[in-house]
Formats: sequence, C-alpha cells, structure tokens
Amino acid sequence: MKEMLSLAVNGENYEVFVEPRMTLLEVLREELRLTGTKEVCDLGTCGACTVLIDQKPVLSCLTLAVACKGKAITTIEGLKDGDKLHRLQTAFLEHGAVQCGMCTPGMILASKVLLDENSHPSEREVREAISGNLCRCTGYGKIVEAILAASDEFAGEDSPRRI
Amino acid sequence: MSRYSVVGRRVPPVDGKVKVTGEAQFTVDIQLPRMLCGRILRSPYPHARILHIDAQKALNLPGVRAVLTGADMPEIKFGVFSHLPATHDLYGLAKEKVRYVGEEVVAVAAVDEWTAEEALELISIDYEVLPAVFDPIEAMKPGAPLVHEDAERNISRAPHFEFGKVEQAFSEAYYVREDSFATQPVTHCALETHATIAQWDQAGRITIWSSTQSPFKICEALAYVLGLPLNKIRVVKPFVGGGFGGKADGLFPMDLCAVMLAKKTGRPVKIVNNREEEFTASRRRHPYVITLKTGVAKDGTLLAVDAKAISDAGAYNSWGPAIIGRAGVQLMMQYRIPNVRYEGYRVYTNKAVSGAMRGWGNLQMRFAADSQLDMIAEEIGVDPADIRLRNCHESGDMMPNKAWIPSCALAECIEQVSGEAGWRNRRARKTKNRGMGMGCWAYVSAAKQLAHDSTAAIIKVFEDGTATLITGASDIGQGSNTTMAQIAAEELGVELDDITIVSGDTDITPLDLGTFSSRVTFISGNAVKAAAEDVKKQLFPFAAERLGVSPSDLVSRGRRIYVKDNPELSMAFGEAVKGCLYSVKGQHIVGTGNFNPDTVVVDQVTYEGHSGAAYAYGVEIVEVEVDRETGEVHILSRYGAHDSGTAINPMQAEGQLQGASFGGLAQALYEDLATDEGQVMNPSFLDYKLPTALDVPAYEPTLIQSPDPGGPFGAKGMSEGCQIATSPAIANAVYDAVGVRILDLPITPEKVLKGLREQEVASSTKAIKGGAK
Repeated sequence: MKEMLSLAVNGENYEVFVEPRMTLLEVLREELRLTGTKEVCDLGTCGACTVLIDQKPVLSCLTLAVACKGKAITTIEGLKDGDKLHRLQTAFLEHGAVQCGMCTPGMILASKVLLDENSHPSEREVREAISGNLCRCTGYGKIVEAILAASDEFAGEDSPRRI
Repeated sequence: MSRYSVVGRRVPPVDGKVKVTGEAQFTVDIQLPRMLCGRILRSPYPHARILHIDAQKALNLPGVRAVLTGADMPEIKFGVFSHLPATHDLYGLAKEKVRYVGEEVVAVAAVDEWTAEEALELISIDYEVLPAVFDPIEAMKPGAPLVHEDAERNISRAPHFEFGKVEQAFSEAYYVREDSFATQPVTHCALETHATIAQWDQAGRITIWSSTQSPFKICEALAYVLGLPLNKIRVVKPFVGGGFGGKADGLFPMDLCAVMLAKKTGRPVKIVNNREEEFTASRRRHPYVITLKTGVAKDGTLLAVDAKAISDAGAYNSWGPAIIGRAGVQLMMQYRIPNVRYEGYRVYTNKAVSGAMRGWGNLQMRFAADSQLDMIAEEIGVDPADIRLRNCHESGDMMPNKAWIPSCALAECIEQVSGEAGWRNRRARKTKNRGMGMGCWAYVSAAKQLAHDSTAAIIKVFEDGTATLITGASDIGQGSNTTMAQIAAEELGVELDDITIVSGDTDITPLDLGTFSSRVTFISGNAVKAAAEDVKKQLFPFAAERLGVSPSDLVSRGRRIYVKDNPELSMAFGEAVKGCLYSVKGQHIVGTGNFNPDTVVVDQVTYEGHSGAAYAYGVEIVEVEVDRETGEVHILSRYGAHDSGTAINPMQAEGQLQGASFGGLAQALYEDLATDEGQVMNPSFLDYKLPTALDVPAYEPTLIQSPDPGGPFGAKGMSEGCQIATSPAIANAVYDAVGVRILDLPITPEKVLKGLREQEVASSTKAIKGGAK
C-alpha cells in the first residue's frame, strides 16, 4: 500500500506516494526524476548511488525512502550553487577525472564529505575516502588528483597537507 | 606559436559539465510516456532442450502486457559479422535449446519492474537436460557433447598459418624453449549495465535507445533480421557508461526482445540488465591456453615462434572468430620475427559467451610471449630491456603476413621508461622480496574485420562562424566527442567552443562501424578532418576574392582567415561564412568528409594482408613487493611510455592509458569469473573484486608523441593496447622479486605461496643431498 511521504531534496520539498519497500534510490530516480544518482549494483557494493543525508554519505540503494522523512537529502543535482559549479565539479573536469560519468556523482559526493571534514587531506586519505566508490574507466589516478586539487584551492596551496 | 592551436591541448571533455552535474541522460535514465518494463527469464541449465513453455499464469497477472518466447522471434539468426551469415547464431530468445546458464528464454513486458519480476516467477518451462561440456580441451575430444550440432569437435573457428620456415629456424637457433600459459575469464564490469529501450510506432518506424558501442551495427542487424529497410530503424546512443568491448556486438538479444515486445504491445519497452545478469549473461574475455615455442640466436634475436592457442568460446560466436585470429597476429606486431606458425582454436563450451574485450586476444598472447621473453633473456644472459630493444619493430617494417607498420617508436618508449624507472641500475637497488618487471604492447589502430571500415563526417557552419559537427563516432566515455571536436576546430581554425557535436544517432550521422578495434581516433578523426578541409575548400575562394589573393594563399586560425605571407590581410571566419550566404549564390557552407583506410580484410586462407591502418606501441615497468607470509603481491610503483602518435588531448590520452593499465592490473592480480558446471559463482561486486583506489598506486604514463603519417594530425589509436602489457610486467616483476614464475593468470597469493613452498622444498632437498655427499 502506497503512502504519502514528504522529502526534502536539494532544498526543495516534495510529496510523493511511495510503497514502503521502495528505496531512496528508486524514489529519487523514478518518482522525482533526479537521475543523476546512479544505480550500478543495487547491492551497496559500488558507491555510485551515494547521496548525502544531513551531510553524511549514504548508499541510497540500501536506504528505504520512508526512513528519510524530515531529513535533508543532497543529490548531485543539488551541489552547484546557482550557475556556479562546486569546486569539486570544476576540479573533476579540469583534471580529466570524468570519463563515462557513471561513478562521477557518487565519487564527487563522497569526496565532498571528505573535504567538509578534512579540508586538506593526504593522498592516502583521499584514496581511503573514495575506496567504497568503484570506477572502471580511470584507474582512479585523475580522480585522486582532482580531489587533491580541489582541496588545495580551498585550503590554499601553502597550508599544510596532512601526511 | 605552437604548431597546433586546439589539437594537443588538455581540455576538459566537451560533455563533462552535464556529467558532473547529473544532467547526462544514460539509456536507463530515459523515461518515455506509457513505457513498459521488460524482463528476461534466463536458462537455469548449461545445456538443455526446451520441451514446453507455459506462460498462461504470467499472462493472467494484472499488469503484464506481453510474454514472448523463441517461437515469437524472427526465424533469421543474427551475429556480429554481417557479411558472414555462417557465423550468425542468435535469435533473441532460444528456440529449441539453451546452451548456457543465463541464455534468454522468455521475455516479459509489464507496467513496472515488480510486476515483470513476478511474472517471470509464474512461467514454467519443461527442459530436457542434456550433457554439457565446460572445458575447451575436453570439448574438442571425440564424443564430447556438441554445443552446436553443426560445429565438429565444437570448433567455432580455427585459424592456422605459417610464414617463413619455422622448423628450419628452430634447428638453427642457439636456444629454443617451450612453455604453456593460461589466462582466466574476466568481464568488463562497465558501471552502466546493458540497457535498451525500443519503440515501434504506428507508422512502422522503430526507434531504439541503447547502451551500445555501435549504433549502426544494431541498425544493420535489426534491418536484416526483420527484413526492413535501414531508414525504418533509428538507433540512438545516449550517454554510455563504459563499454570496454562488452557493448561492441551491436544487436544483443535483449535489444531484439525489446523491439518485439514493443511491436506486440504498441508501447515503448525498456530492458535493463541487473548486475547479476551482467556477470552471468553479457560477455566476457576469452580464457586462453597457450603453448608457445620460441627460438633465438645467441644475442637474443628472435628467429622463430610456434604458438598453439585454445580459447574458450562459451556458447556463441560474438566477435570471437576474429579474436582467435588476432591472438596469432599479435605474435608478429610487437617484435621482428621472420618465422611464425600459429594454430588457433576457438572452442564452444556451455558457458556464457566470450566476446570482445579491450585488448582482443592480444592480451592473452602478450602475457605468454612477454613472460617467455624474460625467461629466454635470463637463460641466455641478456637484460630484458635489451632483448626487447634488439627485436622491436621500427617504422616501415613489414610483418611476415605482409602487413606493414607506418610508425613505431617502441625503442624510444623502452629507453624512456627504463630511464624513468632506473631500470639499468635496478640490481644495485634490489632488496629482498622486491622486484621489477617489464612488459611491452603493440596494438593495431583500426583492423579491418568487417566488410569495410569507411566512415564520414559532416560539418555545418553557422553564419557567425560556429559549427555543428555531425559524426558517427560513438563516445562511450572514452572522450571521442572531445577529440573529434578538437580535430574539427583545429582544421577549421576556430576555437573548441565554436564546435557543437552531434553523434550517436543513426538517423542523423553518417555511417560509422562503432567504437572498437582502436579505430575511432584514426578512422573517424580522419573523416572529421576531411569534412573541415571541405568547409575550407568552399569558404576560401570567397575569402580569397575579398582579400585579393588566391585560395591557396590562405590559412585559418583563431577564428580568422589569413593570407599566409601577410597575416595583416585577414577576415573573420564568420564574416566569410556570412559573405557566402549573402552572396548571389546564397551558398551554405556544409562540409563533408569521407575516410577509408588503404587496408584490406585479411585473406581467410593465407592470413596475409595489410589489415591495420596503424600500430601503437608502449611499455610498462612495474615494481612489486611480494609478501612471503601471505603470497600477496603489492604494486609499489608503475612506469610507462607509450607511442600513440600525436595526442589530440594529452589529458584524455593519459586517462585512457591509466584506465587500460588499471584493467590490465585487475586481470593480472585480482579478477576471475569463476564458474562451476557453467554457473557463474561470483556474480556480484561482493565476490568478483574490482580494484579500488587503495589497490592501485599512482601511475603517470609518458606520451612519446611520434606522429603517424596516416593519422589525423599524426594520431593513432591508444585506448586498448596498454591493457596488454601490465600482466606480463607484473609476472616478470614477481619473478624478479622472489623467483616464482607464474604461468597462469591471475597471479593469486595461493599461486605465489605455492611457488615459494616449492622453492623451499627444492632447496632443502638440495641441502639433504649435499649433506649426504
């Protein structure tokens, strides 16, 4: 039996009829048509469906939509500020970190959480932060490079980087 | 002023912004009005006859709109090689028997996924289980069950050739050795699974949106199967989330299922593979068993090679019949070898279909050949780098099969990477359990596998000097939209922002075979360049008249058309376009360009022929540390130098090299699609482990940009080949580290430990024997 659910996604309030069994991923993609969040494994093993709930990373394929009532959900569509791309989005472009683009939304959101908590991470910390996000195209090198560059820009290149 | 203004620049992908913001629409993201969800019921048996299908309960389920079986499919079989109907072996849904676990048997369309899934469970099928065969060597034996009744000894294809005098060369060689190697099945794991949407409208037009590497091959095969003219079918390739060869077949059974369901229901139907289906029923890399005999002169000069390769085809052909041949050609592409014999056998088994995967049969053969080269080098006391330098091809070389190599900078690559890695003094730095290994690669750019390999491009110029580039090149994430736009902008003499690209729509773009065989940059790039030249041919006479010079005096760059010897004399590119349009002739500027390489399809009897337009080369050095307690191999550092001609976009080129090498590393150390009686045992990322960001250290490949004479601005293909050098480099490094030679991939901790234990036993036996003296 479907029930009414209020969801706050990217600063907008939505009211949707959902079945209790529906995952947040299904509701985002199929009901709200926010298809930037990707379904890749549907098993919590690849990180592509990562969204932020109250600024924390969550695998939306393992999260029931009804459990997200009243929480602030951020998807990749909500990351830019007006017309301005988030510095991670810009860095991913400028450093060649985007190939097919399927891992990109989850990868950017996972790295946003890292930079929010640790403004100038080490390469190792970057690799750990995205180790739950699979990419098949890049070999991760340019993704790591982009995240480090975005952190430099934010923290200032001279500020000490954690080793 | 650099030679080029747009080519050679590290620009972000032209379609990157929509990817980082989540706007990019992949097939699975497309939602059409009244669209149904299709699902496929697959065979639970590796080999069985279908006796009866009862779908009544499924049809009675509310929300189910159609159920199709093999009987509802067209009677004409299809396959990858449109010009070779004898290789066609697929119907869309199995008609009489199933040949692997996962084969398509029934297709259902319902109002949503839940209903479609429920419907599958309500279908009952009576099967007569047949004896099955899982090992290609067993499958070739007399009396083995036949996967296809008409394929004797289960042989799908068996290319044999000999060039030169192999036996005589062996008899004259200083040193000859024979070894056996094996490689495992791996699968593409593109993050976007195969997905397709089909619509069959009342006017009889079919539209397909498909996650494909080759929209035109879908169009062609569908027209053939349905007996329709090509203009009744439109195939659109939305953004594609990776392919790696797995989406190169063109028409897949699921596409045909969607089309037939759409016809039956009168509504669009979407079918998306789930991840498990991707592992069990898409495509995989052929596993090979290779016996390789090689003879050398005292100085390491390669004299002869004799190879026998048996590949596990799985149940159907896909690209396999060509792939087994490419493994043999690889023997000649890398090094000069005058005498070559090859016996290849592609053998059907009751397993999922082996098909194209980045590296195409070359990876398996190169793992064997570049591993064995190190074994030979050690025996005759030559450094692995020197034996490679002694034998590597040079520009202009003719291979024994009468294919010639327009450009090759492999020697420069080896020198470069040896310097970067400190190869020459690695012995002085050698510490216990650490070692370095080298592996080389060679790869054809555009091998002519099908009846032709020509393509075309169209450039439509607006009156402000901006332009739309229409190309059949399929961007699957590798970045061809960007490189094609860079080539167009460079040749036109405008900025990259001035080019809008339209690709991936068979209604609009000229024919292009697709993204495979490292052909796109070379073939489509040349067509794009030709189209831009055609634009200038139309535009320059007008500009020349205005500027009072001859058209041959003009060049265009930075959005202006200049007089070569007098740059002060110029006009804006857009002004010239506008001038043409406003002239009495009212001339619209639309440039077209064709390209057809001067290659031939390899002769199927002699196996001779110049089938490759160009060849790219490279080398990787890997440094490893082996954990003697666990047998684990840790990659400490990686170095690479690659000759892929002019890099149209060096940043993208590096990304391709890094990604391919990553795939090679994954195959070398981690991945193995395990099957038991034809059932895939690890059909998820939980059990089939992809390397993560923690498993691969940074890798900064060096580009040796030696221009190819035939490539657009000197570019050649480069995205595939570098995948094939990584596994021999790692195997050689493991040997260098601990003296354990792994001859079968993947290099697992178990195998390394076993090798270490054998060493211990051997040394203690030696000690006992020594003590008894």
